[in-house]
Amino acid sequence: MVLEVRNLHVVFGHGHNRVHAVRGISFSVAKGECFGIVGESGSGKTTVLRSLCGLNSHWQGEILIDGRLAPRRPDRAFCRTVQIVFQDPYGSLHPRQTVDRCLREPLEVQGIGQRDQRIADTLNAVGLNQSFRYRYPHQLSGGQRQRVGIARALMLEPKLLFLDEPTSALDVSVQAEILNLLVRLRKERGFTYVLVTHDLAIISHMCERLIVMNVGRIVEAMPVTALRERTPEHPYTQQLLQASLGYDRKAVERYQTFD
Amino acid sequence: MGQPDQPLLRVENLSVRYVTPTGVVDALKKVSFELGREKVGIVGESGSGKSTLGRAILRLIPRPGQVTADRIEFMGRDLKDISESEMRRIRGKQITMILQDPKFSLNPVMTAGDQILEVLSIHGGVRRREGRKRVLDILKAVRIRDPNRVYNAYVHELSGGMGQRVMTAMMVVANPMLLIADEPTSALDVTVRMQVLAIIDDLVTQRGMGLIFISHDLNLVGSFCDRILIMYGGRIVESCGAADLHKVSHPYSRGLLESLPSIEKPKEVLATLKRDPAWLAEA
Repeated sequence: MVLEVRNLHVVFGHGHNRVHAVRGISFSVAKGECFGIVGESGSGKTTVLRSLCGLNSHWQGEILIDGRLAPRRPDRAFCRTVQIVFQDPYGSLHPRQTVDRCLREPLEVQGIGQRDQRIADTLNAVGLNQSFRYRYPHQLSGGQRQRVGIARALMLEPKLLFLDEPTSALDVSVQAEILNLLVRLRKERGFTYVLVTHDLAIISHMCERLIVMNVGRIVEAMPVTALRERTPEHPYTQQLLQASLGYDRKAVERYQTFD
Repeated sequence: MGQPDQPLLRVENLSVRYVTPTGVVDALKKVSFELGREKVGIVGESGSGKSTLGRAILRLIPRPGQVTADRIEFMGRDLKDISESEMRRIRGKQITMILQDPKFSLNPVMTAGDQILEVLSIHGGVRRREGRKRVLDILKAVRIRDPNRVYNAYVHELSGGMGQRVMTAMMVVANPMLLIADEPTSALDVTVRMQVLAIIDDLVTQRGMGLIFISHDLNLVGSFCDRILIMYGGRIVESCGAADLHKVSHPYSRGLLESLPSIEKPKEVLATLKRDPAWLAEA
């Protein structure tokens, strides 16, 4: 198992403002797998991801990455194992740093050599030619920025990649290009992906297994075939699936709330 | 819903052009369509001109944008000929527009109820006391469970779905004939999205309104609307009945459909769109 999560809890704030965002979830991800986490806003899916990659240190429970306990604060070795691709390619790149600088920084921090060659290779791998290397983020389109975001995550050749809604800010035709890129990279390099999204179609396209989250708990864990054949067991998942398949006036009447 | 005899809106050769220091941009190029009391979806990617189209109908294109049209006829009147003060009586009363994100498009320092009341006092000549009752009624109509709380709430105290219901209430309270919804549900969770759509659907059907539904989501438009116009580069490249969405023939429309991942029939590799410059030369 590349990733094992046991009884993860995340609590923010105190007293009146106390929010129990993640309420004891456990799952494990095998090497080379693409694992999906689905949920609506407020379900805690992004909080789980941020805890796993060291961006939130306020968690209780046990996180094992590659057999070792994950540190509270990411250290150098951790960063070489785990990387994340963020949701918003407009907000996650430094506006005053060139693509080259953005890709070079992790190499400098880690003291890795052959930097020019590595940057050129990674840009090629994500489908950007060398003319993009000295551009600033505002000179790139949304899809190109997300390719840079992926290239940045690849620089340290991690084993485990966390993808937080990697295409939700993109047009459908650009989304298709980015999803194809992610599928190809996994095939070529044997990555393990943990993909967080609200879009069941992307899960069905990318993943082998998934968990469905609602208000901080796992509602259901299932293989992706259950999704494709429309046979989820829990009513929450069934409702989510129904709503994802398109507008149906009569079905809206039957909606329940799940807390 | 079938085609009515007299169309509500008839647009002929509507163009919007921006002349900028770096060149001329044609945001809309000779767009023509008709709309009856039906739900018409306008689909396209970012930059296709779909939002510009909605704004041009309401004459909300800012300078230096130049709007030209042979005709923008709404209920027998040509909107391009009437004065700005007449336009202000139509805008918000007879034609209204729901915007994408309630957090940014509602007034942050006015309670939800007061904002809806403002519409009534400007367009309906309604006094405060009777107005309050009508606002509470319309909040109930958009299925807000506790209208009194929402009346006195500010936008930041409401969830996204609630905020979008408030905006919908504001846009239908004056009984408009035509509702333009610009990505009204893109920021919402799927189940909330379906609930807000059901509210819009019911209001449009019960009151016999026309709806222009602007969206980038092909599947959603296909299941929600009666008719679909597909836009690319400021042009309408194809139009079809919603039921015939899967039969579209233009390479751009086909490309959009095929690039969508599917829940039930996943493909190994998604088709990507090859843009042909010839699409911009047509029509």
